[in-house]
Amino acid sequence: MAHRVSTPRSAILTGLTVIAILMFVVATLMALFYAPTDPQGMVQRIFYMHLGAFMGGSLAFLIAAIASILYLVKRNFKWDMMALAAIEVGLVLTGFTIVSGAIWARPIWNTWWTWDPRLTSAAVMWLAYAAYLMLRNGFEDPDRRARFAAVYGILAFSSVLFTTFITRVRPDTIHPVVVGPSPQNAQGSFEVNSSAMRLTLIFNILTYIVAAITLIWYRYRLERFTRQVQALKMQVLSR
Amino acid sequence: MTRIAHKTTVQEASQQPAGAPFWRVMVALTAKDLRAELRGRELINAMLLFSVLAVLIFSFALELDRQARATSITGVWWVTVVFAGMLGLNRSLASEKDRGNLDALLLAPVARGALFFGKMFSNLIFMWIVAALLTLLITVLFNETLFLPWLAAVMLLGTVGFATVGTLLSSMTVHARARETLLPILLLPVSLPIILSAVRASTAILSGAPQEDWIAWPQMLLVADIVLLALAYILFDFVVEE
Repeated sequence: MAHRVSTPRSAILTGLTVIAILMFVVATLMALFYAPTDPQGMVQRIFYMHLGAFMGGSLAFLIAAIASILYLVKRNFKWDMMALAAIEVGLVLTGFTIVSGAIWARPIWNTWWTWDPRLTSAAVMWLAYAAYLMLRNGFEDPDRRARFAAVYGILAFSSVLFTTFITRVRPDTIHPVVVGPSPQNAQGSFEVNSSAMRLTLIFNILTYIVAAITLIWYRYRLERFTRQVQALKMQVLSR
Repeated sequence: MTRIAHKTTVQEASQQPAGAPFWRVMVALTAKDLRAELRGRELINAMLLFSVLAVLIFSFALELDRQARATSITGVWWVTVVFAGMLGLNRSLASEKDRGNLDALLLAPVARGALFFGKMFSNLIFMWIVAALLTLLITVLFNETLFLPWLAAVMLLGTVGFATVGTLLSSMTVHARARETLLPILLLPVSLPIILSAVRASTAILSGAPQEDWIAWPQMLLVADIVLLALAYILFDFVVEE
């Protein structure tokens, strides 16, 4: 079996890395300085990163679900690696969403956490994907691990969709909705009403989407190399 | 990295073999489980005893006085059924695997989907037995009558969804190193939408709220059940393909 040893980073990935870093710096500066201060004060600025990270994380979980389906259909380990990479990145980004939300909620809602439907659904999403990583640790046979992980990836995604659906159609959330009409009980609502705020928001969302894709790509490369090293190790040991 | 060509086996598995009809395989497997349980009684006794203990612990932990009962008794009811159900799920496929019956079942020329539904139904029946006795126990111990037709309907819908996901996941975790610990971790987040809707519906029904206030919950449960049943039916073929 011929082994492709570590390939150098492709030009696209290098370009993407540079773009992602630049965008991240600009987006953060925009959120901190360019966007006008909201009546809520400085803490509202966290919102740009909060929503951006959520969008990036949701995209990562969507990629993971698609990769899981593709693995079951195609049986190519590259889709398994893709799903794993996307879920790890998604966990980091949605984890950041939850933590940044808690930091905002402390001065605005006067509590770090409340069992609001939206918060609950975010927490369940995080736990379901954390369970995905536990599942991967539970099986040694690579074929079985990839297969079961793909099945769970699909199941977790549908459950997350459902939890989101259930909790979003209910009117009793206190979580504000900035894009579209806010729920009637929303507390701490604010409006993205100036063009500077809108631009900052759109740019932040774009940044986190690019960052998510870049990170998934790196994590995928790392996973590919890890598996190559393992395969080489087995080859040497079996000699 | 080698590409593993399992596609043919998947296609073979998903085709309905010419053997016994779907529902007969299903009924036979469920009947087999019930007969084994009737003779051995290793599962249902443990589940029932666990339920009694759980209710006891809840009543101390939550200090279920007159007022607390009205709001939290349905939660106790549901959590106990879910945890007892998990005990059953852990055992139901483990006993097949440990005694080598799982391979025999998979070798049989029957549709894999029928095996899934057979297993699911036996798990479901065990959960219903536990739920029925638990309902009686709570009614007697806490003087809260849970024998209401709508509560029964919600229990039916909720347990169907839970048993569907549970049977699918336990057929995976049965191969894991630490299967008893892995199942709850995988099962609880995925079945949370079901548990959440069921508890909300039950609490509202018990409090005597008007029907239009809570009818959305059983409807959501029904949708969730249909989606999960379809999904589990499709995914089960991939789980048991070896």
